[in-house]
Amino acid sequence: MIKTQNNKAWFLVLPVLVLVAFSAVLPLMTVVNYAVNDTFGNNQFFWVGLEWFEEMVTSSRLHDALGRQILFSAIILAIEVPLGIYIALNMPKSGFWASFCLVLMSLPLLIPFNVVGTIWQIFGRVDIGLLGHTLAALGIDYNYTNDPLDAWMTVIVMDVWHWTSLVALLAYAGLQSIPQAYYQAARIDQASRWKVFRYIELPKMKGVLLIAILLRFMDSFMIYTEPFVVTGGGPGNSTTFLSIDLVKMAIGQFDLGPAAAFSLMYFLVILLVSWVFFTVMTNLDRQESK
Amino acid sequence: MAQITLQNLAHSYLPNPGKDADFALKQMDHIWQDGGAYALLGSSGCGKTTLLNIISGLLRPSQGRVLFGDRDVTDAPTAERNIAQVFQFPVVYDTMTVRDNLAFPLRNRGMDPKYIAARVQAIAQMIGMEATLSRKAQGLTADAKQKISLGRGMVREDVNAILFDEPLTVIDPHMKWELRTQLKKLHRDFGHTMIYVTHDQTEALTFADKVVVMYDGRVVQMGTPEELFETPAHTFVGYFIGSPGMNLLEAKIDGTHAHLQGQSVALGASYAPLAGRTQIGIRPEYATLTRGDGLPVRIRRVEDVGRHRLIRAEVMGQPLSIVAPEGQEIGADLTHVAFAPDKINVYADDWRVQGGTA
Repeated sequence: MIKTQNNKAWFLVLPVLVLVAFSAVLPLMTVVNYAVNDTFGNNQFFWVGLEWFEEMVTSSRLHDALGRQILFSAIILAIEVPLGIYIALNMPKSGFWASFCLVLMSLPLLIPFNVVGTIWQIFGRVDIGLLGHTLAALGIDYNYTNDPLDAWMTVIVMDVWHWTSLVALLAYAGLQSIPQAYYQAARIDQASRWKVFRYIELPKMKGVLLIAILLRFMDSFMIYTEPFVVTGGGPGNSTTFLSIDLVKMAIGQFDLGPAAAFSLMYFLVILLVSWVFFTVMTNLDRQESK
Repeated sequence: MAQITLQNLAHSYLPNPGKDADFALKQMDHIWQDGGAYALLGSSGCGKTTLLNIISGLLRPSQGRVLFGDRDVTDAPTAERNIAQVFQFPVVYDTMTVRDNLAFPLRNRGMDPKYIAARVQAIAQMIGMEATLSRKAQGLTADAKQKISLGRGMVREDVNAILFDEPLTVIDPHMKWELRTQLKKLHRDFGHTMIYVTHDQTEALTFADKVVVMYDGRVVQMGTPEELFETPAHTFVGYFIGSPGMNLLEAKIDGTHAHLQGQSVALGASYAPLAGRTQIGIRPEYATLTRGDGLPVRIRRVEDVGRHRLIRAEVMGQPLSIVAPEGQEIGADLTHVAFAPDKINVYADDWRVQGGTA
């Protein structure tokens, strides 16, 4: 076969390149610009090289925020994934109640983030909130505004309330795709409930669960609005996660250089973790099709 | 092992069945002898799978009883019935190796590991998968997966019955023969009761000692392949068994003769006056073209199918198929068709009528 040598086709890619350049690359470049310069306003920049990066990498403030962030993501994944699977397993498979449950489960997902924050902020208040007031009436010393543990619990319960549905819905979709014959065969083979879960349901849900974990990891790792509305990062710095810290640094203190260096590293970390996930997932797919 | 008895059994998928048509399975009494090899034959949607699932306990019948021997198991769960069942589409546990798949039913019953290993080896040999025992079941071909399903169905020696629900649908033709032969051998060696559901008559006739034909939620006939061929109890059996099926001609029955629009055909037996719609049934194999005997016929088409020729014709305005032996000249002088009198069956409202001596 004779191949036509013609590079004109590259022009067809040009519109996309231009679009991406203006929407993503150029804005990112301004961040890069701030990360390697110091500025005192007036559009005057002084080259500082990697100084801001060095400062950020060794900053104990950043280390603390990163530690809190990892702990937060780990806790909500550890709760939301098993809980989501458990809910999915117990949801009706068909009929009116199946639709009812689906709608009910979707509701938290439809509420804007800052509204979720406001709901829990009020819900947890000791003076007027249903939760806070009830706990106080029961004699439990609960106050998320001055107790770090209470603040953490509030933020975690709020995230579980907001996002477990996503895991449950994805797991439910995975479960629904399992043909009835598998369950029948398991009954014939006298498999226990646990073995049905371990050898039929879990393998069939694997794909959607990986997506659920990836989504929940990325989202929780970037969480900002809800804890900011509820605790504002406090008490002290106890619920100051990476995004909250970043905003404090950039907008609150106008330390644009360190904040830019910080956000670049933040971006790279999320990119790296997502890439690892993607590789693992495609490898699993390849094994399946072998 | 035990004889399986179905008493007054009927099933409907609707919560409050009323009319006859609401029932997927019409009321029936049926006995599956211990150690028999049965084929359950019928077109899609006639209730074969429903019946199978009731026997294995995956489905509870709307009415009637299921007995294993003397024991009433109608309400017993699948696990207690000790039944093996193989489904139409392969069911394998993807994350397990082939070996673990085969061992799964035995391990769940807490059998001795040594026995399990030996048994798995024997089954693997039977299905020809010894070489892939240590492989993950994931990613095997549909063929191989179905062989694993079959193997899992056969691995238990103490089962009351093995039920096959069109198990060879996804297997390629060459392997089909081989596996069916293996199943027959297994039946001879161990004497399990086997019920084999299929809509393929060749499969049913080669596998089974007794063929059970179902039609519209009813068992219409149970018999040996020969009985089904020679004396179909229902027009559906005549139509379904044989290739092509039995010819059915509208006729009036009068004693030892049938009348087709004034022409008379001799019957092999004598019949009392019949009510309803009456038909005579004759196998294409027992109809012969002649130069003058019998009914006038118009030949429409001749199909050469290799071993014999198939003639599509018209007699008294009704279609008729005739099987002509190899070598017979089919010329313009063959203007009539004759039926072997003792091979003619008489049907009233689709059910066969037993004739008296002529």
